[in-house]
Amino acid sequence: MKVTIDNITIDVEPGTTIMNAARQIGPHIAPPAMCYYEPLKASGGKCRGCLVKVTAGSEKDPRPMPKLVPSCITQVQDGMIVENTINEQVLETRKGIVEFLLLNHPLDCPVCDQAGECHLQDFSFEHGVSKTRTVEERNTFEPVDLGPYIKLNMNRCILCYRCVYTADQITDGRVHGVMHRGDHAEISTYIEKAIDNDFSGNVIDVCPVGALTDKTYRFKSRVWFSKPEDASCSCGKCSGKVTLWYRGDEVIRVTARKNEWGEVKEFICNTCRFERKKTSDWTLEGPTKIARNSVISANKYGASTIKPAFPLQQAAEQYKKIDDSRDRSFLAPQKQLN
Amino acid sequence: MKILTEHIDVQGIETIDVFRKHGGYAAVEKALKKMTPDEVTEEVKKSGLRGRGGAGFPMGMKWSFLAKPEGIPRYLVCNADESEPGTFKDHYLMMKSPHTLIEGMIVSSYALGANTSYIYIRGELMYVATILEKAIQEARDKGLLGKNILGSGYDLDLHVQLGGGAYICGEETALLESLEGKRGNPRNKPPFPAVKGLWQCPTVVNNVESIAATSWIVNNGGDEYAKIGIGRSTGTKLISVSGHVRKPGVYELPLGITVEDFIYADEWCGGIRDGHKLKAVVAGGSSVPILPAELILKTTNGENRLMSYESLSDGGFATGTMLGSGGFVVMDETTCIVHNTLTFGRFYHHESCGQCSPCREGTGWMDKVLYRIEHGQGRQEDIDLLVDVAKKIEGNTICPLGDAAAWPVAAAIRHFRDEFEWHINHPEKATQKGAVFMREGASWSL
Repeated sequence: MKVTIDNITIDVEPGTTIMNAARQIGPHIAPPAMCYYEPLKASGGKCRGCLVKVTAGSEKDPRPMPKLVPSCITQVQDGMIVENTINEQVLETRKGIVEFLLLNHPLDCPVCDQAGECHLQDFSFEHGVSKTRTVEERNTFEPVDLGPYIKLNMNRCILCYRCVYTADQITDGRVHGVMHRGDHAEISTYIEKAIDNDFSGNVIDVCPVGALTDKTYRFKSRVWFSKPEDASCSCGKCSGKVTLWYRGDEVIRVTARKNEWGEVKEFICNTCRFERKKTSDWTLEGPTKIARNSVISANKYGASTIKPAFPLQQAAEQYKKIDDSRDRSFLAPQKQLN
Repeated sequence: MKILTEHIDVQGIETIDVFRKHGGYAAVEKALKKMTPDEVTEEVKKSGLRGRGGAGFPMGMKWSFLAKPEGIPRYLVCNADESEPGTFKDHYLMMKSPHTLIEGMIVSSYALGANTSYIYIRGELMYVATILEKAIQEARDKGLLGKNILGSGYDLDLHVQLGGGAYICGEETALLESLEGKRGNPRNKPPFPAVKGLWQCPTVVNNVESIAATSWIVNNGGDEYAKIGIGRSTGTKLISVSGHVRKPGVYELPLGITVEDFIYADEWCGGIRDGHKLKAVVAGGSSVPILPAELILKTTNGENRLMSYESLSDGGFATGTMLGSGGFVVMDETTCIVHNTLTFGRFYHHESCGQCSPCREGTGWMDKVLYRIEHGQGRQEDIDLLVDVAKKIEGNTICPLGDAAAWPVAAAIRHFRDEFEWHINHPEKATQKGAVFMREGASWSL
C-alpha cells in the first residue's frame, strides 16, 4: 500500500496505521505520541496530539476526511495522502493540545524526576507556545504511594491510560484504574490499595510524564547526570534485558530498554528493577545508544551517540581548506586600554 | 397527527390489556406472521425515519450497515439514557406508555435478527425502569417475548439495564462499554458498532422515539409515514418544551410546522408567559447553538423557520441551529445569556468523561472562564479566549461531547457578544441579582 505523508511516499503493509507509516519514514515526520504505545493493545486515540490531516482518503475515494484524524489508530488506505508537519491546521491544533495538557499540569519540571526524558516536555517544546493564557487555579491532588516502589503524583498525569493497559495486559489482575470523570479524573487504586505485583514497576516506564516514578530513584539524580549502560542477567521471571543508569560507579536506577520511540518491548520484573542494583548482579553489554539530541547524551560519550549520517557526509564532501590568505592583523595582541 | 402519543392519556395504557385494546402489538403480529425481516427494514427505509436521538441519521440506512456474519449474534440496544438538559421526551413516553417502546423493540429486533435486546436507561429514571420491567413481564406472560413469539419461531429476550447516571453513556459506544459493565468511555471509531458493538458483535443503537415509531411504520407502511412531515424530515417528532412559555410539556408534532406557530399557537406552547417577550431559543437540547428571537422565527432569507431538520439548520451555525433531540428551551427577556451559558458549561465540565485531552481540559477551562465573567471578574480577552478554546475542542475529540460543549458557548458569544461585554465592562451592575443586559432596539426589550 502506498501512502504519502508530508510529500514523502512510502510502501507499507495493509493494516499499518498512519503513525507507524510515518515512523518508518523517520522521526522528523512521525507525529508526537503521548498516549499511543505500540506494545500495548488498544492504546492511543486519547491525547489527540497526533492528529493529522488526511487530504485524500485513498486512491479509490480521494475525498479529504472532514476532521483531523488520530494517526495512531487510523489505518492507511492505498493512495492516502496525509499532511502532518506541513499543515497549518494540524500545527494550530497541536498548539491547542499542548495548551490543554499543560492547563492543569504543575510545570514543576525543576523538581520532577522525569525531566529530561519526559514526553510532555518534548511535546510542548516542539509544538507548544511560550505563553500561557490561563489565569485559573490548577486542579491539584496530593501525591500518594502505590505500594513500596511506586509514587503517584497525579498533578502531572495526562490520563494517557498507558499504565492501565500495562496492568491489564502484562500483569495478572489490575488493581488500579481511572476514577471519576472529566478533569477530576484520577489514576487510583480503589481505597488506596497497594499495587503488589511482580511486574508492577513497568507502569513507571510506560508513563510519558512524571506521574508514576520509581521510589528507589526519586530525587537521586537528574537524568542527564546519569549514564545508561545496557546490561542483562539470567532472570527466571523476565528477559533480564535492562538499562542500568550509573552515576559514577553506582547503579542508581534500573529500567527496561526503550526503543527510539521511548517504548519498552521487553518488560522487566520488579526484582530486576528494584533489587539488583549492583554492577556484580549484571553482565554489561556496553553503553546504551542515545539519540544525539537527547539531553541524556550531553557531554558523555562521543562514540555511542547516534550520529545522523547525512550531515557528516555532507560536511565531508564540502570540506574546504582554510584560506590562510586573509588579513590576520586583527589577531595581533591589542593595546591595553588605559 | 399523532403516532406515538395517540393513546397516551388513556387510563391504564401502561397495562397490556388496555394497550392491546387500542391496537397495541398489532405490528408485532403483522411483522412476525406476514413479513420477513428484510421487508420490515425496507418499510423503515421507505419511511425516511431519521434517528431521534439528536444526530438525525436515517434509521433505515443505519440498519442496513449492520454486519450480518453467520454464527455471530447481533444486538439491538435502545438508548434510553436521555440526559440532555432540556430533553425529556423519552422519559415521558416510557413512563406513560411503556408498551409502545416494547412493541417497537420486538419489531425492530425482528428486522435486525437480534435475539437479545437491551434497553439502556439512565440511572436517575429508576422508577421508569420498574415500569418497563413490569411491562416486559406482562408481554412475556402473553407470549410476546421469550421463545417462539406468537408461534413464529422467532425468539427474543428483552432486558432493561440501568445506567449509573452519566450523560456520556448516551453516546452510543460509551453506552455499550457501560452495558458491558465497564467504565463508560466512548470508543474510538472505526470500528463502528454496526460491525463491532456490544461484546464485539454487530450492534444497532437507536433512540427510544425512533424505535417506538417503527411499529406504526409496520402497521401503516413506510410510504404512509413519509407522507407526514416535510421533505427529508418525515414523520412526527416529540418535542419537550421547557422555559418561559405558557404551556411547557411534551408535544408530538408533524415535522414542518412553523416555529412561530409552535411557540405562539394555543394548540402548542401557547405563547410566552404574560407580559414578556421571546428573547432566545435553544431548539434541540443544550448542545445545539442558541438562537436569538429574530433568527429562530425567520431564516436570513426571510422565510419562516420550520420545525424540521433542514429548516432549523438553515444558514449553518452562523445563523442556524439544529433540531437535535428536541429539547426546546424558550427564554424570555429576563434570561441572562451569560448565566445560561455558564449553566451549560458547568454541565459539560461535570459530564466530560476525561478520556481525551481537548474535552477533559477544555470543558473545565471554559467553565472556569464563564464563571469568572458571570461573577464580575471577566477580562476583555476572555471572550476571544472562549471562542478560541471552543474552536480547539470542536472536531478534535473522540466523541461528540466535545462538540456539544463547544457549540453552545461559541453560539452564545456569536449572537450575544454585547451581553458578555456588558458583564465584563460593568461587573458591579452585572453581578446584581436578576440583572440582565438589554440590547438597544432589540425585539425582546419591552
